Amino acid sequence: MLEIDAVTCTKQDRCLFDSLSFTLHAGQIMQIEGPNGAGKTSLLRIIAGFARADEGQIRYNSTDIRDDYDSFAADLLFIGHKTGVNQQLSAYENVQHWLMVHGAQADEEEVYTLLAKLGLIGLEDVPVRTLSAGQQRRVALVRLWLNQAKLWVLDEPFTALDKKGVAMLQTQFQSHLDKGGAILLTTHQDLTAHFAQLQTLALEYRL
Amino acid sequence: MQTQHSYWLAFKSVYAKDVTLAFRQRAEIVNPLLFFLIVITLFPLAIGPEPALLTRMAPGIIWVAALLSTMLGLDKLFRDDYNDGSLEQLIASPYPLSLSVLAKVAAHWTVSGLPMVVLAPLFALLMNLESQSLNATVLTLLIGTPLLSFIGAIGAGLTVALQKGGILMSLLVLPLYIPVLIFATSAIDTSSMSLAYGGQLAILGAMLAVAIVAAPIAISSALRVSVS
Repeated sequence: MLEIDAVTCTKQDRCLFDSLSFTLHAGQIMQIEGPNGAGKTSLLRIIAGFARADEGQIRYNSTDIRDDYDSFAADLLFIGHKTGVNQQLSAYENVQHWLMVHGAQADEEEVYTLLAKLGLIGLEDVPVRTLSAGQQRRVALVRLWLNQAKLWVLDEPFTALDKKGVAMLQTQFQSHLDKGGAILLTTHQDLTAHFAQLQTLALEYRL
Repeated sequence: MQTQHSYWLAFKSVYAKDVTLAFRQRAEIVNPLLFFLIVITLFPLAIGPEPALLTRMAPGIIWVAALLSTMLGLDKLFRDDYNDGSLEQLIASPYPLSLSVLAKVAAHWTVSGLPMVVLAPLFALLMNLESQSLNATVLTLLIGTPLLSFIGAIGAGLTVALQKGGILMSLLVLPLYIPVLIFATSAIDTSSMSLAYGGQLAILGAMLAVAIVAAPIAISSALRVSVS
């Protein structure tokens, strides 16, 4: 599904990784590990198409993502460090806005049920800036339940989440994998759930 | 959840978000207008309240004030979206980035340009502008302020990743405003001599037409560079 072909990235004269190649198939989950500064986020941003690799190619279904970015984007769900949740809007408004710009629609009840499931009951209509860090992250993670993207690219999805939240997220990962999706994530924690199709990629800090 | 691709819904959602946010923080709408008003009232104080002199200078003053107050809101146009990651989400959406950008510029104009157009007759009165120039002033602002938003958004897109991008953006954008300023003030001048000013308006209109088509592409490339 996703092929990373000889990707090289250099930042401030430091080579983060060079000629990195791997393939991610449908139904697979890949965890990228490495110390701070090893280039995990840079790699994810290159794969999501935000940054350009110095060399190499990212292919999605055998097409270079740069050639047809819009259809790649339709299959991509990216949640980064900066989650894209507006601080002034409420959780409900944030979710609805995100759905609209991603070509999806959900009725009010569905969104409220999901927000309640994620422990945001009673907090749906207050500005997100008044919520705690973990709750703000949950507002962004609602997207995992409301998308039809095949490829999930998640940068540190467990940051600020409590144990219950981490477990719930991993259950959702499993159901995405069962539906034939693929997940690429970075995390410093070990995944607590057992995934049959787990691959690990270790990036090392290079000088 | 259903998937439903609609350019119009996506456009409307981005537009509504920005306008809603502006109305929640009303200072964002009111402050540029107050700035516009204060700049205009400073001139009679500084150069003397001679009606003939003010009438002569009115078009220039109104337009320079309009340029400067448009600049005030521009820095914020993409800043919040950049900081909270919404910009990345817009890039990674199945819709073209230029569509979202068009909606954002339209929202910027609605909260910054449109109130100026509506209040222009009042400001024209302050500057003792003759009644025959009033139409020209409103018309040039109506065609010219969206143009200012489009051109300014290119600068805003280029400088959004910089920590203190505001001044640099002004330096980039203000020179590009010169053609708009020249044709707009020339239209108002011509109208005060009771001559036809359709030509200048047509040029402004042509510039706006080009901007609507080309600027969103330029702005989205600028944003992609800023995000990477």
